[in-house]
Amino acid sequence: MENLLLQGLNGLASASSLFLVASGLTVIFGVTRIVNFAHGSLYMLGAYLAFSIVTSLPRGHAGFWGGVVLAALAVGVIGALLEMLLLRRIYRAPELFQLLATFGVVLVVQDVALLVWGAQDLLGPRAPGLRGSVELLGLRFPLYELVLIGIGPVVLGLLLLLFKRTRWGTLVRAATQDREMVGALGVNQRWLFTSVFFLGSLLAGLAGALQLPRESVNLHMDLATITEVFVVVVVGGLGSLPGAALAALLIGELHAFGILIFPKITLVLVFLVMAVVLVVRPRGLFGKAQVAQAAVASVAEPVLGRAPAQLKWLGFFALVVAVAAPPFLAGDYALIVLTDMAIAVLFAASLHFIMGPGGMASFGHAAYFGIGAYGAALLTKWFAAPMVPALLAAPFCAGLAGVLFGFFCVRLSGVYSAMLTLAFAQIAWSVAFQWVELTGGDNGVLGVWPDPWATKLNFYWLALGCSVMGTLALRRIALSPFGYALRAQRDNTLRAEAIGINAFEMRWVAFVLAAGFAGVAGGLFAFAKGSVFPTALDIPRSVDALLMVLLGGVQTLAGPLLGALAFTGLHEQLVRATDYWRLVLGGVILLLVLAFPQGLAGAVRQWWEGRRHG
Amino acid sequence: MLKVQGLSAHYGRAHILDDVGFEVPAGQVVVLLGRNGAGKSTTLKAVMGMVRPSAGQVLFEGTDIAGREAYQIARAGLGYVPEERRIFSELTVRENLSVGRRPPAQGLRPWTEERLYGLFPALGAMQDRPGGRMSGGEQQMLSIARTLMGNPRLLLLDEPSEGLAPVVVQRMAQAVRQLKAEGLAILLAEQNLYFAHAVADRAVIIEQGRIRWEGGMVELLNDESTYQQYLSL
Ligand SMILES: Nc1ncnc2c1ncn2[C@@H]1O[C@H](COP(=O)(O)OP(=O)(O)OP(=O)(O)O)[C@@H](O)[C@H]1O
Ligand SMILES: [Mg+2]
Repeated sequence: MENLLLQGLNGLASASSLFLVASGLTVIFGVTRIVNFAHGSLYMLGAYLAFSIVTSLPRGHAGFWGGVVLAALAVGVIGALLEMLLLRRIYRAPELFQLLATFGVVLVVQDVALLVWGAQDLLGPRAPGLRGSVELLGLRFPLYELVLIGIGPVVLGLLLLLFKRTRWGTLVRAATQDREMVGALGVNQRWLFTSVFFLGSLLAGLAGALQLPRESVNLHMDLATITEVFVVVVVGGLGSLPGAALAALLIGELHAFGILIFPKITLVLVFLVMAVVLVVRPRGLFGKAQVAQAAVASVAEPVLGRAPAQLKWLGFFALVVAVAAPPFLAGDYALIVLTDMAIAVLFAASLHFIMGPGGMASFGHAAYFGIGAYGAALLTKWFAAPMVPALLAAPFCAGLAGVLFGFFCVRLSGVYSAMLTLAFAQIAWSVAFQWVELTGGDNGVLGVWPDPWATKLNFYWLALGCSVMGTLALRRIALSPFGYALRAQRDNTLRAEAIGINAFEMRWVAFVLAAGFAGVAGGLFAFAKGSVFPTALDIPRSVDALLMVLLGGVQTLAGPLLGALAFTGLHEQLVRATDYWRLVLGGVILLLVLAFPQGLAGAVRQWWEGRRHG
Repeated sequence: MLKVQGLSAHYGRAHILDDVGFEVPAGQVVVLLGRNGAGKSTTLKAVMGMVRPSAGQVLFEGTDIAGREAYQIARAGLGYVPEERRIFSELTVRENLSVGRRPPAQGLRPWTEERLYGLFPALGAMQDRPGGRMSGGEQQMLSIARTLMGNPRLLLLDEPSEGLAPVVVQRMAQAVRQLKAEGLAILLAEQNLYFAHAVADRAVIIEQGRIRWEGGMVELLNDESTYQQYLSL
């Protein structure tokens, strides 16, 4: 009984900090429509900055609380600068490009933190005067946690006052619903966006700074937080503060009691909850429908078209080189990299298929890659299956998962759908991670070696063959009547349904197809590496796929190809060349985003067409 | 006061407006007439900077405002009332009005909430009601009132009579005439010839993104063939 009370209080304390981060994210999303992946990085910066400031100020109440406030303010300023220098330039670009930019920021911040604060976990000072604990019904509970429990509701109250009682708050609420109209009424959106970013970042920074006495400051805080906070924001309903508060409470308590009852399930519990909530309420607990955004924004998105003939020849030539050159290359290393590239191209093309023609973003595409990989690997492990049947089984495993997960995901739209894919991916990941008897858990499945005939070179050709055929097949489908129908439902669901297109079925089939092709890539991956670990379906892998597609550009069929090649090549070189590859990669991404808001392939095509017509 | 010259606009690759030109003299009401899809709303949006013109000039009191952003154009003294009304449904009537508030312009009597409730008495009775729980006609009044809070000198009104009962259309026409009497210039997009007749001094006919006819409102009513060609269904 007492234990339950303690757990309940623990749950409240984490709910409180979750709410602080989530409130910032939800306010930013509400107004700017930006899914800010860098929000977790701002939280982490808050913790690091607070560490530095608090330890350099004199000890005592003023030093500690002053440090926390200063750190929060500093993060607020960083967020405002981020908006002014980066995001502001790309508001008119397709929505997903802003996502790419925030990924770039995540990478950069990771390495900046590594450079400034080092790789070691930092233990901050405890809060002065709050080191002890209080007695509650004969149990000791840390005083600081109690203070934290109080801070959440106070911040919620202040925010509600701010939004209800000030003109700024009224403008923000109006802009959350229809920002273009707010602009037409004479309000400078830039200023509004910057101030919203300042406030949202400040809240993230505050939450990070307040963690100082609770846990060590480390470089994993950003991604760990962002996924959990996404869940909170989505469950609560994007843009809704009370929703975020309720969801934070729900998730915080579920965590606390989940550990008590089912220690194993805690990793998936939050994602299970999100999946259930989204299936029952597609816009979260308190979410509302959005007014369709400005025509100005959608005009920037060009149609998916065929590539000019010369470009096709160029591609064909590149393919010939890719087939013919490797036997003359020295060393296995080049073959390994080339094989990785072939696999990456297919993986990216499969994600592109649902994102481009399908018009659905997926934050969890690694699930199907990983399920394909595990499918093939487990067949060899448990049934001693030879390589070819195992490879053939991979797309079916992934496709089956696509049938199941897709059924739920394609019913939703926009960010909600993307978040549900993430939830399913995390569930799949934790199965791989925790079902140790079957998958070996963290130790992975080892000894997945190709058949003897498949030397490094032969295997490369096999991978290349699968990749080229898979990519061409996806292209074929995208340009077939099915593909046209798919794009019709993407561009205007209602109109498409009016002419007899069943949008749900279209999307579902597309999802399953994409999952299947990702599974092929995953199966190849398992045999290329000889082993599979849970990292095959973790969030960073989904993010990699997104990066490839977004780098290349969603609007062209050649985009994912270029993106995958550029990303894999760059990544490979950078990891070998420097410890700070994230900084360079993130920097390159940011530069590309600013220079080519239509993606690599879009830029190449524009240059090409400009040359011909101009 | 407003002079549009050679205005073109595109949605993606579709060419919607082609070489559109007309004038709105100070203190007058000019109506833009045309069938569904003719390009009336696009013209207003292009003037307002909500669709970026691909060519042409929009001279407001001599300054070219084409290519500026909507908020700058609003601050220059144009007010825009969209066809879909676009009320902030979560906000109350009073809050909706406060979003539109801007400092008064010179030469015109500044609008206050009280004066607007005088213009549209129905609004005064529901100051704390959320915009989402108002009838179409009430939303139309609120949309106009919200824009007036910005004290514009030229009002762009997109089909204010759409979907309103005849009695309400009459009252709306009265309000527009009152605004004109206050000295406001108005560019109105309309399909309702009755409403246009009740308020407009001049008419401009647009079809397939081109201006086909321009002249006095009375002139148009006497010109059966122009009416037949461009406006009858
Ligand atoms: N957001 C958009 N994207 C693409 N085309 C559009 C868009 N909005 C309007 N159009 C097209 O532009 C043309 C002109 O539309 P517009 O809304 O200006 O017509 P309108 O004269 O206001 O018609 P209505 O009387 O129906 O309001 C139409 O052919 C329409 O299909
Ligand atoms: Mg219209």
